[in-house]
Amino acid sequence: MTEGMLREPYATLHQQHQAARLGMHLFLASEVMLFGGLFAVVMVMRILHPHEVVAASERLHMWLGAANTAILLTSSLLVAIAVEVARETRRRATYRYLAGAALLGLLFLALKAFEYGSEYEEGILPGGSAAALSNPVQHQFMNVYLVATGLHAVHVTIGVLLLAGLAGGLAAASLTLPKRIPLVENLGLYWHLVDVIWIFLYPTLYLAR
Amino acid sequence: MAHPLLLRAWIVLLLLLCATVGASFVLAGAASLAVALGIAFAKAAVVYWFFMGLRREGGLVRLAAVIGTLWLLILLSLASLDYLTRG
Repeated sequence: MTEGMLREPYATLHQQHQAARLGMHLFLASEVMLFGGLFAVVMVMRILHPHEVVAASERLHMWLGAANTAILLTSSLLVAIAVEVARETRRRATYRYLAGAALLGLLFLALKAFEYGSEYEEGILPGGSAAALSNPVQHQFMNVYLVATGLHAVHVTIGVLLLAGLAGGLAAASLTLPKRIPLVENLGLYWHLVDVIWIFLYPTLYLAR
Repeated sequence: MAHPLLLRAWIVLLLLLCATVGASFVLAGAASLAVALGIAFAKAAVVYWFFMGLRREGGLVRLAAVIGTLWLLILLSLASLDYLTRG
């Protein structure tokens, strides 16, 4: 099964695997730092204005957020299984699991869009009626909420496109296994990181009490 | 779906999600924040160890996987020191 997998300039498959993982994790570390700035903002707001942050957080739809967490966790499970079956060079099973994960990503985005819509109607998003929030700190919290979840949604969108593209390529056999196992693995890592970022965004934004 | 280990990790993640939602109803203030973040780190650890496959990797890849978060925690703790100690 390992035939045709080794590429220039690597001497062994193990070395190639380590290089791919190392490079991907370094990229993911840069993503962690990107979102880290937003977490730092929320942290400082929570230290300086704990009551206003809690009041604003209570306005968010925590059950929609919980549903979206469950959707992303399930989607991560499908990608993890896709990596396993890709390693067994089961092409058909691989693209089905990847397509399933992409569909759950779409469902996440649909729920998020519905959530933004209802928050806008309630006047708590930036551009809404000023009377809905009683305090400038609450406005600022909602701004950070929109930027952080919006940036995350951009990452989910990119992930859905990549997952769908990979699933399509495998289905059309323009991408083949085992040659593309590292691609499935690395895209899986990206998708899991997007999941982990949401795992932290959900309690810090929705569950501040 | 014959991947019992991954399925079990997924069930643990969903249970932890229920725990964090439940805790938000009974806890408040610093205790609420500590429990919410503790559960978030536990969930992240499950994702990294099982879904991202760190359990099968060597030391180099494991180190690369956690180094960004480690640096971020240093940054956040130093930044919070400043705000927490100025009164």
